[in-house]
Amino acid sequence: MQEGRSLTDREINRGLLNSLLENRLRYWGLVLVLAIIVLGAMGAAGYMFNRGIGVTGLNRPVMWGFFITNFVFWIGISHAGVMLSAILRLSKAEWRRPATRAAEVLTVFSLMTAMLMPLIHAGRPWRVFYWVFPYDVARGVYPNVRSALIWDPSAVFTYLVSSILFVYVALLPDLAVVRDQSEPGSIRRKVYSVACLGWRGNPRQWKLQVIAGILLSALILPVFVSVHSIVSFDFSMVLAVKSWHSTIFPPYFVIGAVHSGVAAVVITLALLRWGFGWQDYIRAEHFDALGRLLIVVATGWFFFFVIEFLFGLYGLEGDEIAVKSFLTSQAPWNWLFLTFVGTTYFIPVGMWLFKGIRRNAFWMVVACISVNIGMWLERFLIIVPGLAQKQTFSQVWYTYAPSPVEITIICGTFALVAMLMLLFAKVVPLIPIYDIKEGEILKTEIQIGRRTVPAVIRED
Amino acid sequence: MAKRGVLGLYQDANYAAEAGDALQEVGLTNEDYDFLTGAPYPEGAFGERETTHHLYVFPFIGALCGLTAGILLTSMTQMAYPLVTGGKPILSLPPMAIVTYEGTMLGAILFTVLGILFESRLPSTGSGLYDDRITDGYIGVLVNCEEEMVGKVEQALTQAGAVDVKREETK
Repeated sequence: MQEGRSLTDREINRGLLNSLLENRLRYWGLVLVLAIIVLGAMGAAGYMFNRGIGVTGLNRPVMWGFFITNFVFWIGISHAGVMLSAILRLSKAEWRRPATRAAEVLTVFSLMTAMLMPLIHAGRPWRVFYWVFPYDVARGVYPNVRSALIWDPSAVFTYLVSSILFVYVALLPDLAVVRDQSEPGSIRRKVYSVACLGWRGNPRQWKLQVIAGILLSALILPVFVSVHSIVSFDFSMVLAVKSWHSTIFPPYFVIGAVHSGVAAVVITLALLRWGFGWQDYIRAEHFDALGRLLIVVATGWFFFFVIEFLFGLYGLEGDEIAVKSFLTSQAPWNWLFLTFVGTTYFIPVGMWLFKGIRRNAFWMVVACISVNIGMWLERFLIIVPGLAQKQTFSQVWYTYAPSPVEITIICGTFALVAMLMLLFAKVVPLIPIYDIKEGEILKTEIQIGRRTVPAVIRED
Repeated sequence: MAKRGVLGLYQDANYAAEAGDALQEVGLTNEDYDFLTGAPYPEGAFGERETTHHLYVFPFIGALCGLTAGILLTSMTQMAYPLVTGGKPILSLPPMAIVTYEGTMLGAILFTVLGILFESRLPSTGSGLYDDRITDGYIGVLVNCEEEMVGKVEQALTQAGAVDVKREETK
């Protein structure tokens, strides 16, 4: 928080509440476009429920395709939010302030979207509840907790509830700001008065708010690590698919999730900066810091990627080597594999090495979109080749190509998350107002001769 | 003796802190007044009373409840349908551990949030003096004093630099 001009509380309120209080045509236009895409996806899903999953490209032996790829992808995106917010809060990193709320909200919406994917994939979503929730007392049939497919919903549900509470607790002071900025007697004021639970801002409430941020961060971080580990168990616990049955999967999935998630936060912040004119809050120094963090995360991810690849070859198991050969020598898989490695690591990290690019929101978005294209492909290349590879004594040599129904639904999920983020920005400020104000209070400057400089040594 | 609320509003944090000192000079203790701000100031910045709480107990109680619920859920559902699969025991501990772990963490987080609300005295019914300008950067000094002290308190708040002083109508 050393760059940028000093702002008064009134300026901060006015600047950060513009997403709520101003009605812009381009905002509603964008929401409309996204809503049409979401409706298209809902129509495609309805068509699939009516006609059966035969309208997708799924067939033996590839019974997991775009839907499960997208499920793992959105779970991954959800990891950034809380990870970024929690770690930065725990470490009291000063540059966290404008990034935390958007990251946490992105977590919630991407998790909700992720949870839709297995339901859609099941083809008969209502039946999923029979094997997830322990409620069918009449027939005495309960979920099989020995199945990895039950661990997954338990972890994702815990993470979703925790994330929503994490967001809500941190929102209380800002909901009070919206209450105070609303017209007396208006419906908005009444709604926000209830939502903020009568927040007044006394020292006791502020102290507990600060402790809450740290305590919930500390509690939610182990959940965050467990969630993607457990998602990886959906694959690594499967004995029949050799390329999935790997002990490296949990950390590999977690670090991959962090990589794609932090990149998604960068994209979100850049879009908020452009969309709502928040240049005073989301500044070049924040992109710079995120760029540096991403170099470290990407390199960590690359290490696990190489290890996973080498482990597969080192074991000399026929099925595993066949999958690696499939990935590296048969079109279009080899092209997809090269694209995945390039877009996930070499292109973005090559860009982030340059300070000028790290401090440029546009190029950061380009690099982060590249990461997410790569990370989506990574999940696809884990899932499909492992299943498509012909099995011993098998007559089924079928591979997989997504149908228009699947492509429409996948596009709809991206539109859904974007639309939910936009609509949420109309309800609460996506940059924590009180956190920005606290940063202004704690900002200290020292005078040396005629110059006034920040009282923090900068490392660049 | 009936008590009444008085709220002084300050544009500057230094004046608000001085108001606290002035209130002590008229015979009040820091139990009788509170500071309302739109952002968290460093603890003790206004000489306010020290806040004590028991928030750290809540996650432990929640974790214990979640652990119990997790063990009961996983063991009872397995016992309710005792089908041997793959020669594994009916009560298989490793998979139980995963669901139980998630239950434990969920319990800890739920109770922590409840603890935060309880210790913050939320939800509050909205009684007491307040001013919308507080979230605009003003600092409120909310005094709760005896009826006959109101005049002195208002004078002390004004002399400390209050831009506005409000008195609670009835108590």
